[in-house]
Amino acid sequence: MAHQNQGLQMLTSNRLRDGDVLYRKGDGWVLMLADGEVYGDQTSAEAALAAATAELARNEFVAPYLFEVREVSGKIVPVKEREIIRAAGPTVHPHTGKQAAHA
Amino acid sequence: MSKLIKSGGYQQDVFAPVGDDAPLPEGAVLVSLARFKKDRDTLLARNTPVGVRLQSSENPESLGADVNHFALIALEFPKFRDGRAFSWARMLRTRLAYTGEIRAVGDFLYDQVNYQHRVGFDAWEVPDHFTLEMFNRALSEMTNVYQPSTDGRKTIRELRASPRPS
Amino acid sequence: MLNTLVKAVAPNMYRYDEFDAQFVGERVNQFAGQVARRLSGELTEDQFKPLRLMNGLYLQLHAYMLRIAVPYGTLSSKQMRKLAHIARTYDKNFGHFTTRTNLQFNWIKLVDVPKILRELADVEMHCIQTSGNCVRNVTSDQFAGATDEELEDPRPLAEIIRQWSSLHPEFVFLARKFKIAVGATEKDRAALQWHDMAVQIVKNDKGRTGYKVMAGGGMGRTPYVAHVMSEFVEREDILAYLEAVLRVYNQDSRRDNIHKQRIKILINTIGPEEMRRRVQREFEELKRMGTLQLPREELDRIAAYFAAPKFETGLSDSIPDAGPDFANWVKTNIHKHKAPGYAIATITLKTPGQVPGDATAEQMEVIADLMDQFSLGEVRVTHEQNLVLPHVRKQDLPAIYARLKELDFASPNAGLITDIIACPGLDYCDLANARSIPIAQKLAKRFEDLDRQHQIGELKIKISGCINACGHHHAGHIGILGVDKKGVEFYQLVLGGSGAEDASVGTIMGPGFGEHEIGDAVERVVDLYLAERKDGERFLDTYRRIGMEKFKAAAYQEAVAA
Repeated sequence: MAHQNQGLQMLTSNRLRDGDVLYRKGDGWVLMLADGEVYGDQTSAEAALAAATAELARNEFVAPYLFEVREVSGKIVPVKEREIIRAAGPTVHPHTGKQAAHA
Repeated sequence: MSKLIKSGGYQQDVFAPVGDDAPLPEGAVLVSLARFKKDRDTLLARNTPVGVRLQSSENPESLGADVNHFALIALEFPKFRDGRAFSWARMLRTRLAYTGEIRAVGDFLYDQVNYQHRVGFDAWEVPDHFTLEMFNRALSEMTNVYQPSTDGRKTIRELRASPRPS
Repeated sequence: MLNTLVKAVAPNMYRYDEFDAQFVGERVNQFAGQVARRLSGELTEDQFKPLRLMNGLYLQLHAYMLRIAVPYGTLSSKQMRKLAHIARTYDKNFGHFTTRTNLQFNWIKLVDVPKILRELADVEMHCIQTSGNCVRNVTSDQFAGATDEELEDPRPLAEIIRQWSSLHPEFVFLARKFKIAVGATEKDRAALQWHDMAVQIVKNDKGRTGYKVMAGGGMGRTPYVAHVMSEFVEREDILAYLEAVLRVYNQDSRRDNIHKQRIKILINTIGPEEMRRRVQREFEELKRMGTLQLPREELDRIAAYFAAPKFETGLSDSIPDAGPDFANWVKTNIHKHKAPGYAIATITLKTPGQVPGDATAEQMEVIADLMDQFSLGEVRVTHEQNLVLPHVRKQDLPAIYARLKELDFASPNAGLITDIIACPGLDYCDLANARSIPIAQKLAKRFEDLDRQHQIGELKIKISGCINACGHHHAGHIGILGVDKKGVEFYQLVLGGSGAEDASVGTIMGPGFGEHEIGDAVERVVDLYLAERKDGERFLDTYRRIGMEKFKAAAYQEAVAA
């Protein structure tokens, strides 16, 4: 099922000290995708990536990259399976990862 | 800016790097393999030391019988991941019986210095922030080694065989 | 549940002396220093990455993953308990046994790694060179030292290779990873021909024991089975020969295209004969130099660590009757031991529905108890993500089985269709294109009926979540490769691979099947095998006899071309 490209993106990285997955919000990072910032156009997305890249020297996080999201029934959901799993946790161990935080 | 570490200390680099098309200045020069091949006779006829800088894809055997004419062979690490120069240095010391300076140049890590030392490098072109203290620490992180190399260090197997204090 | 305290038994395996202990301790300090330099920013991520990889630390989809070396798959009960402790203390209470007989933890924090490494060093374990472009963990036959099929125990040589390759100054920045395996039997349980380099202990026609060396096998994007480099290398020459192969590889491999940098590419580009010529030149030089000669005393000294334990005599050599479930388990999971009264017991970590190769901290601890009580303190990890108790008394098998049932590790399926290998896949791995574990779980449930499993017989399914092939799908009788087609997970079938002594690269069938179609496709392939097979043929034999076409037609539900 092809997803309509809504042109929405988010920015993610890993926290250096513990590897935890992070989502960009404003000038900082949050742990849950639902709390992260959605960029509605390519310009703002690239600006966010550039800002994060410039901050790599803080040695707080690593490997920032943009990924596509879309809105489904008012919820922001990643387009790619990989990002869905990254945001939630392993599908085979539902008691681990960020999905467990909702327990 | 960079500096040269050799024989346990900082040293002045007397070799002037010369581009492939640049004229040869007086004094010790460091040229590429291509330049050496082009101007071999001229270079060897001079009374001043000649050095050659090999890229990581350039096998030192291509220096042929001239290998011991070089006072310096600089082995390049284009990217620290490219570990061919470890084998080139070892080859120079063993098969080619090279006794001159083997210098590590390019992109290499503090953490590679010990390995370089073991395989026959004896000089390092390091960035400014790289201190002698760091260099000596790099060499001392692992007291013993399992395998023989050109440094001739006793291996753990040999140490095991020698009598030890109880 | 265990009621009495079990006394730890120290198995006959390599023990660190003060040199080994110091080496590992200094390596831990070195890495702790590197971690500190990374956290302070003295090292960038690009500079730190190869250093952390050479200490087994990956950054994966959710967190850091730490890969702990289990040299030639051998663990003591003390080590198993430490792994359980680490799972509990630093991770989420479980670990995963890998296709290179290592153990992985998936939820590690970088800042904890120096502490974890120190804990591992306390029990003579480490993570050195379990990743990175260097010589990786040396693997071997999981029945080593227990089977009567071997010329001799391959593990002493594996240990010698391990030491020689540890922080080898010339070979820590190779073009790519380098995997070595050692075997000593005709029947290959260690997938020798799929390794970058492998040593098989052999006897020549004069009755001398020596080593056959192969090189150039490998999985990944372009799978190859290894070529023979030398039919016979003398014992004392083996390290010189292995070093010669590595040297040629380090010097001559491409460095311009990461997908073309394994030794299999070099050998298949220049040809095995040219490779042998280059290796021979280096080898003869090394032999003349003499520094790498392996004296018989050293081989014997290391072999003494692995000496056969004192087996009891006068034991019953028959397996007790303990009911039909137990009998089923014996059928598949028990192998002949060289000592009368003993058996080799395989613990499949493959109960249908389980994550293949996973064990919780509690399960590890019970296994440690079983090791002490029933297997002289020892367990082996297999490259098929199972465990083996190498030295069990036949009379103890019912008790062992009962304990394994409590653990949910008593599935009677070793080598059967539900004994599936699966990489962590997209659930965990940063490199993956598709999930592999749920496919394994569903397939195992689909085929779980034991009568049907026995009807099908030996059928090795191997599942990889991406082309890196950590699930060894190229060597599966039925291999499954997860791919990403426009953001959707698809699964390609690969048939006819083998990781045994009859090694072969599987053939891709065609376009992938969706997540909900792959199970049916596999079932149609299996049903065709059952319909076509002759005279006790395994799936692999039938495939080799009749070829891909009919299987393809069955899988895609198309008519066979007339």
